[in-house]
Amino acid sequence: MNASLLSLEWMILGGGLVFLLLDLWTPAGKKRSLGYAAAALVAVTLVWSFRVDASTPQLAFNDGYVLDALALFFKRFFLIATIGVLLMSVDFADQFQAGIGEYYSLILFALGGMMLAASANDFTMLFVSIELITVTFYVLTSFLRHKTPSLEAGIKYLILGALSSGVMVYGIALVFGSSGTMKFGELAEKAAGLTHQKVFLIGALFLVAGLAFKISAFPFHVWTPDVYEGSPSPTTAFLAVGSKAAGFVLLLRFLFVAMPHAVVAEWSRVLMVMSGVTILYGNLCAIPQRSLKRLLGYSSISNGGYMLLGVAAMSHEGSTAVLYYLSGYLFTVLAGFLVISIVVRQLGSDDLKAIAGLHRRSPLLATALTLAMVSLAGVPPLAGFFGKFLLLKSVLEQGSSYYWLMAVAVVGVVISISYYLGVVRAIYWSDRPIEPKELILGAPMRIALYACVLGMLYLGLFPNFTLELASRATGVLKF
Amino acid sequence: MLLALILIPLLAAIAVALSPRTSPALPRLLALAATGATFVISVMLFLRFDIAGGMQFEQTMAWVPSLGLRFHVGVDGLNIGLVLMGCIVAFAATAVSWDIQRDEKGFYSLLLAMIGGILGAFVSQDLFWLYFFHELALIPTFLMIGVWGRGEDKNYATFNITMYLTLGALIALSGLILLYLQMPLADRTFDIQAMTKHFQLHPIAAGDQNLIFGLLMFGFGILVSLWPFHTWAPLGYGAAPTANAMLHAGVLKKFGLYGLIRIALPMLPAGSQRWLPVLALLCMGNLVYCGWVAMRQRNLNGLIGNSSVAHMGFCFLGIASLTLVGVTGAVLVMIAHGLLAALSFGLSGYLYSQTGTLDIPRLGGLLRRLPFIGAALMIALFAGCGVPGFANFAGELMVLFGAWKSGVTGHWMVVAAAWAGLIIGAVYMLRAIRNMLHCPEAEGAGEWIDAIGSRRWPYALLIAALVLFGVAPGLLTDAIKPSAEAIVKMASSGKANAVAPAAPLLKAASTH
Repeated sequence: MNASLLSLEWMILGGGLVFLLLDLWTPAGKKRSLGYAAAALVAVTLVWSFRVDASTPQLAFNDGYVLDALALFFKRFFLIATIGVLLMSVDFADQFQAGIGEYYSLILFALGGMMLAASANDFTMLFVSIELITVTFYVLTSFLRHKTPSLEAGIKYLILGALSSGVMVYGIALVFGSSGTMKFGELAEKAAGLTHQKVFLIGALFLVAGLAFKISAFPFHVWTPDVYEGSPSPTTAFLAVGSKAAGFVLLLRFLFVAMPHAVVAEWSRVLMVMSGVTILYGNLCAIPQRSLKRLLGYSSISNGGYMLLGVAAMSHEGSTAVLYYLSGYLFTVLAGFLVISIVVRQLGSDDLKAIAGLHRRSPLLATALTLAMVSLAGVPPLAGFFGKFLLLKSVLEQGSSYYWLMAVAVVGVVISISYYLGVVRAIYWSDRPIEPKELILGAPMRIALYACVLGMLYLGLFPNFTLELASRATGVLKF
Repeated sequence: MLLALILIPLLAAIAVALSPRTSPALPRLLALAATGATFVISVMLFLRFDIAGGMQFEQTMAWVPSLGLRFHVGVDGLNIGLVLMGCIVAFAATAVSWDIQRDEKGFYSLLLAMIGGILGAFVSQDLFWLYFFHELALIPTFLMIGVWGRGEDKNYATFNITMYLTLGALIALSGLILLYLQMPLADRTFDIQAMTKHFQLHPIAAGDQNLIFGLLMFGFGILVSLWPFHTWAPLGYGAAPTANAMLHAGVLKKFGLYGLIRIALPMLPAGSQRWLPVLALLCMGNLVYCGWVAMRQRNLNGLIGNSSVAHMGFCFLGIASLTLVGVTGAVLVMIAHGLLAALSFGLSGYLYSQTGTLDIPRLGGLLRRLPFIGAALMIALFAGCGVPGFANFAGELMVLFGAWKSGVTGHWMVVAAAWAGLIIGAVYMLRAIRNMLHCPEAEGAGEWIDAIGSRRWPYALLIAALVLFGVAPGLLTDAIKPSAEAIVKMASSGKANAVAPAAPLLKAASTH
């Protein structure tokens, strides 16, 4: 086994342990700035990742761990996301009564889990990485220990998360029982004869259900709005970006590496329906929301639905579109939650009313939130537009049996305009008088916001480089 | 040159957005400079345009090679006039925005972004960028109506217009992507010329043509306010700030028509045979029904908005006729109506700034109090009736000739509807002239001030263009004709294809 393959994970997980210890010796007043050190560590790891060569797939841990282009693409994705989340946490940290250092360590552990998930190549690694992510999130969601909504969010996530893990383990057991292997590569070869064995199919379906919980696809989405609303803002951002992306990389690998093509092809209908219903459900439920975090919760459901379009297309183009859309989603959602986190901390509310007249208090925050909403709505020249364009193209490519799904997606986008732009309206014109209270923005938050805005514009205007990366990454999947 | 036409307003938009708050006059100056520069460039382009030269001033850049996407701009006879009209309207719209006193920075930056998008849409020779630039104007429209709009309905109007236009744009996008997917995998491209050439040599199967043409017709149709999908237009224009209404009704709305002529007709000849009769029937709704609605309006903006929807009927009719004179007329009407709509909304904006109302009964005796604005309004209303001497007359006449010559089923009925539409138009326009310009002075008329000095020239510019192209329509039609002829020829090849779906072009042409 080649342990150096895991160099990126070692750096992050080791760093998590170090920060846990550092927390003991750091005076209480300085604990908050430990987050900057953690962000620096993640940034160094990100730079280091460009020294990692993944042009040919390399295996470790008895083939349970694979380092290929897809894994590396997602590892970098998670690293970038975590830098944003850590900067957000530093700003938000004064809301925590205790355990600031632990919060940073837990984020690093969750990041480690996500990076392992990007490389999962057998069911053991899949399950362990998912549990590493989920268990840390149980704590992260309920970190505002003195606030009931946060505890409620933690409990809800715990119960539903445990249930979905149980379902997933059951699925793994059934698949192992019928095929006799835990490895993705072997399964793909053996399973050709299992396509009509019900135990195997049910097991695989349970597995997909467990992953659908992670990406909050209908009907496994119920936890999303409540948990998003109650959790501390950085946790919500991490859930929306990291946890969802981890679900997608596992789903892509499971469907297009481990499963025999014959089975997946039969499931295309299931995936299409799941995608269509998720889009409509998320968008329709988002309309009446008044809480920004809840609204983004439903928006996150609908965006999961859009990305499932690319999975349901079952093509190289479709998966590439998913990766591209996720990249744009990363900057967009981070920008949104950066603004929400500042608003919640300084104004004490994430109601739509709280952002009334935001452009007078801070033009930067208002512009960033507006751009994030416009990008989510899929309007050029922002990242969301090119991502949606790729997804819709990949759906139409599959021929006339997919046309109804295209129609559903179009209806979904039109519905979504109403609530995304409703947020924009709440900022720029609302009938409520505004007390001119300036919002204070530290330099790191300012830089993070600028980076997110630039990222959205870059992916919307110059898609070529990222598209090539995504296309190379999905080259390891089989269709 | 064309790239500069797009980049100047867009870069100016960024410059305005970043300009310091301490100099409140700077945004307007920057915006005037930028739109003035585009105006000068467009006049230069128009003068240097070679009528027999086909596609000119082309510029290309690689963008996403793996998808066959590249940046490609160019003008031929079809869009040179539209670009000129767009630049004139943009310049005038910026100039009449002196009444914006709140958040000028935001206003001018959004206005410039919108202008950049509009001009980009009309010069793009690549389907993706065509769509991309058109959508660029969507959010500025939303914000401008919301923040600087007027009336109690503005909240409803701004969401209505944005959602309606998004729906239309996405339907059109589905059609455009399907068109792209019809290209063979090896040379897939969004380049309009390459696609047109390919689809002439290898026509798409008739069934697919019908589907794609239907998507494009209704998608673009919604953007042009095709009856019965027109309700967003009068509502949105009524609530929009002056500059926005001028640009949207004048220029942006023509995008859908341009798309139909540039993309749908030449690439989908069989589809156009199937759908154009439907379009001819629907355009009667624009001509008669929307004209009727306009007649019932008591609000000036409602009247202008509905009459502008009604005028779109002429453009649709010209396209549906699929004759050289009809399509040329449609393009001429597009340009003439762009100038006219901008002039009308510009004047109504001035009236609103003076009177605080657009209720026609409360606007009596304008001609006495506001001689310049009153006279300009009279000119606009007469041009709207189709009085000779204005570009609208020439265009509408050509459309009627074209429609009469075409063999579209029930063409006599459609032509009759167009005549009826003209009469209805004359009724409401003349009635508006009587009620607003000549009636006894309304209450409070003493406080109204006429436009003076520099506030006059935007209107004068628009009127001058209307009269120039009305007296000498040949300036435009000579350029339009060669392009229109090529398109009509390509679209007519579908007549033979409808019988034998896969007949190659040469055979189809020889049967005529």
